[in-house]
Amino acid sequence: MAAEKMALAKAINESLRRALDSDPKVLIMGEDVGKLGGVFRVTDGLQKDFGESRVIDTPLAESGIVGTAIGLALRGYRPVVEIQFDGFVFPAYDQIVTQLAKMHARSLGKVKLPVVVRIPYGGGIGAVEHHSESPEALFAHVAGLKIVSPSNPSDAYWMMQQAIQSDDPVIFFEPKRRYWDKAEVNTEAIPGPLHKARVVREGTDLTLAAYGPMVKLCQEVADAAAEEGRNLEVLDLRSVSPLDFDSIQASVEKTRRLVVVHEAPVFFGSGAEIAARITERCFYHLEAPVLRVGGYHAPYPPARLEEEYLPGLDRVLDAVDRALAY
Amino acid sequence: MTVESTAAPKPRRSAGTKSTAGKRTTARKSPGTDPELVQLLTPEGKRVKNAEFDKYVAGITPEELRGLYRDMVLTRRFDAEATSLQRQGELGLWASLLGQEAAQIGSGRATREDDYVFPTYREHGVAWCRGVDPTNLLGMFRGVNNGGWDPNSNNFQLYTIVIGSQTLHATGYAMGIAKDGADSAVIAYFGDGASSQGDVAESFTFSAVYNAPVVFFCQNNQWAISEPTEKQTRVPLYQRAQGFGFPGVRVDGNDVLACLAVTKWALERARSGEGPTLVEAYTYRMGAHTTSDDPSKYRADEEREAWEAKDPILRLRRYLEASNHADEGFFTELETESEALGKRVREAVRAMPDPDHFAIFENVYADGHALVDEERAQFAAYQASFADVEGA
Repeated sequence: MAAEKMALAKAINESLRRALDSDPKVLIMGEDVGKLGGVFRVTDGLQKDFGESRVIDTPLAESGIVGTAIGLALRGYRPVVEIQFDGFVFPAYDQIVTQLAKMHARSLGKVKLPVVVRIPYGGGIGAVEHHSESPEALFAHVAGLKIVSPSNPSDAYWMMQQAIQSDDPVIFFEPKRRYWDKAEVNTEAIPGPLHKARVVREGTDLTLAAYGPMVKLCQEVADAAAEEGRNLEVLDLRSVSPLDFDSIQASVEKTRRLVVVHEAPVFFGSGAEIAARITERCFYHLEAPVLRVGGYHAPYPPARLEEEYLPGLDRVLDAVDRALAY
Repeated sequence: MTVESTAAPKPRRSAGTKSTAGKRTTARKSPGTDPELVQLLTPEGKRVKNAEFDKYVAGITPEELRGLYRDMVLTRRFDAEATSLQRQGELGLWASLLGQEAAQIGSGRATREDDYVFPTYREHGVAWCRGVDPTNLLGMFRGVNNGGWDPNSNNFQLYTIVIGSQTLHATGYAMGIAKDGADSAVIAYFGDGASSQGDVAESFTFSAVYNAPVVFFCQNNQWAISEPTEKQTRVPLYQRAQGFGFPGVRVDGNDVLACLAVTKWALERARSGEGPTLVEAYTYRMGAHTTSDDPSKYRADEEREAWEAKDPILRLRRYLEASNHADEGFFTELETESEALGKRVREAVRAMPDPDHFAIFENVYADGHALVDEERAQFAAYQASFADVEGA
């Protein structure tokens, strides 16, 4: 059976199961990943089937989780570690930035660190502080790390396979508000490259570029815009580092307008990088400045305000209107 | 396993936490008179008995003793050469190990070939014991690379500059050894300053919880740049281990025999599945933290002078001479060998080529990265633009 409808969280679970099954060097590590199966149940049942030495419940210490995963990778293992929530990655930030990202270069290529750091990220689930953030830009600024974020169950399944097989450290941002979205996953398909963007919807008037949780929103925006006679293209970037600028450029050369949507604060965010580079690459093709829709330069707000903070249908449509008005 | 149940000798006592508030006194507690300290050789070079640890050096031959002496002398000579090279502008920085030779040679010689070492950035003596060519240690200080040796050739990891980070890598590596069912062990080096870092505490937690075969070797050289140990801890550092559920022991870090014995004991514990150990080597950094600082601004000369009397090399020499384990010819020959090493190091440093410009883009990623490729191409075009000008 190759194709099955499953939720995004389940797709990651199946992908981890496949990795554990096919490579004895793959390990799962993190807080509550064993008996509980993770707070989102992404690792549900894995410890039961693969044992405590493969699926490891760790002490509550994020730097320790990443630091020991580095040591295990040096010993030849391929650890997949879970950081329970986005805002809890910062105690591990030092290990990720000063060690995980740099050890390959420091060793002049002699050492490889195939570590995957899974981070459920983003808002929209009514959580308390530190449970809804989107810190991908903070990691993208660091050379040596790769950063990806799937938007749908099929990508979640295949991108996790590819992340685990990569000899580079990969920060795997999981869109937690999409964990329960279901779609078909073909477990025998031959996936495209991990860092290649995908055109989700073809269009001619404007390109909406997004990744992770915002892809679905952009599809909804395109649907709404279509009712007003506007034909928007939606691009799922899938990877934040490297960014597939060739695909963005190709789309912008066709549509001549670009709006980038992400949950993270707009200031110094991935949208800023995309806007700058696309302006360089496509200056004479652009009919409007590249616009960005994202979070504000403010702490992620309490749950009752998050709908104001997060990009929603109307805010993105408003940006589309502004871009088309040039 | 608990501290109480360990076969570990208890050569220590529960130390008080005397207040050191106010002006620092220059005379610190002498290591030779500290009953907490495992010592096999006094500063005068007298062999003293130790019921628990003697057996770890019982079979040591005169030749091996001379070997330890040679290691310490050559390491000190190398270190002195590197300090001079920094003063002459050949190195950007140097972190001297002067005074810590016994701690490093004793512990380094206790390791087995299949053990794995995670150093900080001052473990030149340990590197020597692992067979890393000393000239390889100088690349990062000269600025031609950020490491310079293959960590897997000698099971000696690259230097780690963020203090304490490597204790977690060591713990993870040791967890891997345990998973593999291998019987090797890991030793992680850090200093008294690093003992304040969360990563060190986390490595204690992880290693205890997973019973990882790792030895934490803390060289308490009394100073973290300008901050004395009193600014790091209110209890003797070796006692930290107790709270994590594994034994801690303080050893005279200027006594190469004691460091060898205690580290062998700790590594054997690790190999036999008894989990981690904390060894605190009580020693003294005779020079500056690095060539960038000035110890005269924060510590008194009398303190250094007091520690000079406990010099690790002098101590073993006295013992070798008194026990007729070495003759004058040995010392003369070693002096010649030392000078030759100094010369070789000096010439090697001056001959080190600057790295290729494109090294900036090498090994950023194992699998490549589109942005790095793009920037490399831009850099190449920029470089080539000068060639055009020159060719015009």
